Amino acid sequence: MAETLVASKTLVDVRDLKMHFPLTQGILFQRVIGYIRAVDGVTFSIERGQTMGLVGESGSGKTTIGRTIVRLYKPTAGQIMFGDEDLASMGGEELRRARQRVQMIFQDPFASLNPRYTIGSLIAEPMHIYKVASGAEIRDRTTELLSVVGLRPEYIDRYPHEFSGGQRQRIAVARALSINPEFVIADEPVSALDVSIRAQVLNLLQRLQQQFNLTYLFVSHDLSVVRHVADRIAVMYLGKIVELSDRDELYAAPKHPYTKALLSAIPIPDPQIEKHRKRIILSGDLPSPINIPSGCRFHTRCPMAQEICREVEPVYEAKEGREHYAACHFSEFVTPVD
Amino acid sequence: MGEYLLEVQDLKTYFKVKAGKVRAVDGVSFAIKPGEKLGVVGESGCGKSVTALSIMRLLPQPPAEMAGGSVLFDDQDLLDVPESTMRKIRGGKIGMIFQDPMTCLNPTMTVGKQIGEALRIHLKVSKDEAQKRAISLLEQVGIPAAAERINSYPHQFSGGMRQRVMIAIALACNPKLLIADEPTTALDVTVQAQILELINGVCSDFGTAVMIITHDLGVVAGMTDRVVVMYAGKVMETAPTDELFANPRHPYTLGLLSSVPRLDEVRHSQLRTIEGAPPDLLKPPPGCPFMPRCAFARAICRTMPPLEALPGNSAHFKACWVDVTDPQEQAYAEKRRQTRIEKVLAATNAQLASTQPVSEEK
Repeated sequence: MAETLVASKTLVDVRDLKMHFPLTQGILFQRVIGYIRAVDGVTFSIERGQTMGLVGESGSGKTTIGRTIVRLYKPTAGQIMFGDEDLASMGGEELRRARQRVQMIFQDPFASLNPRYTIGSLIAEPMHIYKVASGAEIRDRTTELLSVVGLRPEYIDRYPHEFSGGQRQRIAVARALSINPEFVIADEPVSALDVSIRAQVLNLLQRLQQQFNLTYLFVSHDLSVVRHVADRIAVMYLGKIVELSDRDELYAAPKHPYTKALLSAIPIPDPQIEKHRKRIILSGDLPSPINIPSGCRFHTRCPMAQEICREVEPVYEAKEGREHYAACHFSEFVTPVD
Repeated sequence: MGEYLLEVQDLKTYFKVKAGKVRAVDGVSFAIKPGEKLGVVGESGCGKSVTALSIMRLLPQPPAEMAGGSVLFDDQDLLDVPESTMRKIRGGKIGMIFQDPMTCLNPTMTVGKQIGEALRIHLKVSKDEAQKRAISLLEQVGIPAAAERINSYPHQFSGGMRQRVMIAIALACNPKLLIADEPTTALDVTVQAQILELINGVCSDFGTAVMIITHDLGVVAGMTDRVVVMYAGKVMETAPTDELFANPRHPYTLGLLSSVPRLDEVRHSQLRTIEGAPPDLLKPPPGCPFMPRCAFARAICRTMPPLEALPGNSAHFKACWVDVTDPQEQAYAEKRRQTRIEKVLAATNAQLASTQPVSEEK
C-alpha cells in the first residue's frame, strides 16, 4: 500500500468504458432484441486527492458509471485502471480485495441502510468483511468514526429509523470510510436531503477529504453543488462525456452547447439576476438510450445544430485551454453564459 | 375584501397520531392578489404542502383536523362551504398541479379524455367541444401534434410532457388561482426550465394567480412577485421577492440564502450551514421554532414573536424579535457560530488524535 501512495498522481484511469444492458424478449427462450447503451465509451482519469464531478440529466448514464467502477456491473468493454490493476477484468478473490480500496455512498439514505441493523453494526460490517480489525478494536473504531462524521458515539446502538435524513447520510459516510478506502464514489449524496442539511453534509465530505486524503467521484445532477465540491467536472449526455474540464473554466467558458444549456437552466436565487438572464431552453427530452441519434447525439435538441451534426459524430478532443475536452463540431462558437 | 383573491388567516392544520398531535400548519396567514404570483418556500415537513392541501380541502379528516383559521376565496370561507361547492371550486376556480406527474394522471384514460373531463364537469360542454378545447389546450402547453396526442395514454409521454398535460388540465377551466406544489422537483433541470417558463407564460396570458410551492430559492427568485418563507408550520418572513432576497430580515431566511452554493458567486471553500435539524412537530419547542438552531437566539425567543411589518415597510413582514441588520447583533451571532464550530472541531480533533488508521496497525 505504501508504494501506491507515492507512485503516480493518477489514481483512477477509466478508458473507453462501455456498459450496455441487453434488452430481452420472451420468457423461456429469451432473445436479445437490442441494447440500452447506458455508458457508451467514456474516458477520464482522476488524480489522487482530487474530486471529479460527474454531471448529467437522469438517464445520462452517470450513476451507471459509478456502479460499474465499483464493479456492481461487469462492463461490456473498456478498462478501469486503479493504480496498475484493471478492475474491469478482475473477478473472485482478486476483485474482492481490490474493492476494499473503493467505497460508495448512495443517494437515498433511507434505502441504503438496513433497518434491522444498529448503526454500530452497519458501520462495523465492512470491517468484519475485510477483517481489518477485530473485537473491541472494531467497537472503538466505530465510535471514533461516529464522532468523525459528527454524530454522538452514544448513538452506536440505535437503529436507522431513529435518525433524520442528514444523520443517516452521515452514517452511510462513516460506513464507507470504515475500511480506509482511497477512492469514494458519492452517487447524488445530497439530493435526497433538505437545503439546510445539504450544506452540512457537503462540508463534512470536504473536511473528510482533507483529513484522509480521499479521492472522490461526485455524481450529481446539480451543477451548483458540483461546482462547490469538484476540482474537475465531466458533463455526460446519453452515455458519453460531452465536455470535461477544470471546474472554473467549465463555468466561465463552456465549449459544448449542452453544458451551456445546463448552466443557463439553473435558477439563481437572486431576482435581479433572474430578470435579466437570457435562458437557453432546450426543446424536448433526452432521447432513448436504445435508439441513440445518429451523428452527434445531442443534435436533436441542440440550438446550434447544422447538417454535419446529423451525420458525423464529433470527436471528443482537447480544445483550447488547459486540459479542456469537448465533443462538438462548433465548440469555438459556444459563447459563455450571460 | 376585494383586494385579495385568496386570504388565508391563522390557518391551523393538525394531524392526530398515536403519539399525539402533529402541528403541521400552526397559524399561517398570507394573501394573494388576483394575477399575483406567490412563492411558498421551506424545507420538507415545514407544512407548505399541507397548507395547499388544506386550502383545497383535500386532506382526509381524520387524521387531519382543521383546528382553526379561515381561507377566504371569492368572499367565501372554503373551510365552511359544503362539499358540493368545494367540488365546483376544485378544478374550476382553483387548479392544482402536483409534484409527481407520474402518479397524478389516470393510466387507463387517454390524456384527451382527462383534460376533457374537467371541461365537461365544470363547464358542461359537449363531448366534441371538450375534445376541441383539449386539443387547443395541449397546443398551448407546447405539445406537438396535439390533435394526435390527445388519444395517447400517460405512459406514452415523458415526465416533462406529463407535467405539461397536468398544467393543461389545471388550466382547462380558466381558474383564477393555480396552486403548483413542487411542480418541477421530479424533473431534470433542462425540463424544469421549460416547465417554469410555461407556467409563467400561460398564467400571465390567462391572468391566473399562482401559488408555487418549492424548496428551491432559485425557482422562487425567477418567477414570483412575493415570497412566504415557512418553517415548522409557521410563517417566518414574507416580503416582495426583490425585497426578500435583497434585504432578508429573518435569521432562517438568511441561513437558507447563504447555505446554498450559487452559480453566480465566487466559490467559498466552506458553505455556511444551519446547524441542527428542524424540530419534531409532535413536541414543538416553546416559542420560536427556529430558536434551537438560531445563532441570534436569546431568552425572549422562548415566546413566539408575532408576524409583524417592518417599521417603515408595510409589505415586509417577519416573525423575529431580533433586528438582524444591527451590527451588534451580527457580532453576537458570529461569535456564537464560531464557538459552536470550534466546539465541534475540538471534539473531532480530540477523537482523531486517538485514531490510529487501521492499515498502520497491521
